[in-house]
Amino acid sequence: MKLAIRQLCLRLQQFALGVDVDIQHARTAIFGPSGAGKTSLLETIAGLRKPDSAKISFNGQLFDDRGRNYSLPVRLRRLGYVPQYDSLFPHLSVRRNLAYGSNGKRKDYTLEFHHVIDFLEIGHLLDRHVRSLSRGENQRVVIARALLSAPQLLLLDEPLTSLDAKLKNAILEQLQALHREFAIPMLFVTHDPAEAIAICEEVLLLQAGRITARGNPAELLS
Amino acid sequence: MSFSPLEWQIIRFTLAVCAFSTLLILPVGLAVAWLLDRYHWPGKLLVETVVTLPLVLPPVATGLVLLKMFGRRGPIGHFLSQHFDIDVVFTWRAVVLAAAVMSFPLLVRSARVGFQGVDQRLEQIARTLGARDLRVFFTITLPLASRGIVAGIVLAFARAVGEFGATIVVAGNIPGRTTTLSLEIFSAVQLGHDASAYRLLVVCVIIAFSAVWLSEVLMQKRSMG
Repeated sequence: MKLAIRQLCLRLQQFALGVDVDIQHARTAIFGPSGAGKTSLLETIAGLRKPDSAKISFNGQLFDDRGRNYSLPVRLRRLGYVPQYDSLFPHLSVRRNLAYGSNGKRKDYTLEFHHVIDFLEIGHLLDRHVRSLSRGENQRVVIARALLSAPQLLLLDEPLTSLDAKLKNAILEQLQALHREFAIPMLFVTHDPAEAIAICEEVLLLQAGRITARGNPAELLS
Repeated sequence: MSFSPLEWQIIRFTLAVCAFSTLLILPVGLAVAWLLDRYHWPGKLLVETVVTLPLVLPPVATGLVLLKMFGRRGPIGHFLSQHFDIDVVFTWRAVVLAAAVMSFPLLVRSARVGFQGVDQRLEQIARTLGARDLRVFFTITLPLASRGIVAGIVLAFARAVGEFGATIVVAGNIPGRTTTLSLEIFSAVQLGHDASAYRLLVVCVIIAFSAVWLSEVLMQKRSMG
């Protein structure tokens, strides 16, 4: 994969996010302290924030070119976005949340559907209301919904935050196996070195809106 | 308590006319509420003020404005009469018109509160899942705002049932044609038919109480999430 971010500038409250980077590893972590601009970077790639300037492309497909005032609509970017906040649609069942990404068509009988459901072990949750899910169940369903939307890139924004240690380890194992199982590249935002080391091949260190280092997670963060 | 055939006719007519006027203002009211909540545009304050005007203007004054606009010599009334052979004033259409105009602000205000309560991040998530704006609106925004919208519908309907001042100016009080519950209560009191007035009063109280109660329940559920 190749995610090219050129001359990205996005003014934030404390500082300006300024990033110019090529990302080629299929499992890349964006690591940094809280408030470093990690989520803003992810949201900009997803098209949820309009940068002041940037040229962003993924595998040759242009996402943003502010110079030409071009921005590919969010729905056409085919990015599976897993945010930090509760993002399941509260008025829909788990099953209908999962089907949302397949344009509302029932997808429950396809091999892909069962593959994702079995992989994330959420088959028993399908007819539950999302309000009744635990935090860990909620996170698994969000990841499954993103996978079922057939994304070309997964954007995971601290998906393990606010989980207890046991749950965190369980989902961490699933995320480790996720790329092998579905061959979908991922950008993984975290402020926990152990998560970046466990999941990713490369880490970008983001501090106050700037990438200050990049390299092998184990070498850079140990 | 039993109603005379005339009273039944008035109750049926009032409910039908108020349901129709509420249905009529629903799409426009939702569109206005959504535009007011989501966007900043030139003239927004003016539209907000005009939408709220029927709440504070004396209903009789609103009725007079409608009479001037929709009368045969008024700009809209003349157009409708000339091109579609439709008369509005002193017909059932005028009753619908008065009810619609007077209840419109309540629908818009409640629906706007409903839209304000929708977490716009969920709409963004829906877009990342490939949904177009129209699909996002109908599958995410509208259902999540539904309590505010339903509360607005209920309040608008109840306001329409209670409408008097604008109706009597623009539609008159023509028995069997434009007489509504409120107008009939007024007539009954004037003529000393107290028993009939009280029977119809009970109907009004039941409708108003149910509407406000239902609206409060819905809004409280919404605020509790």
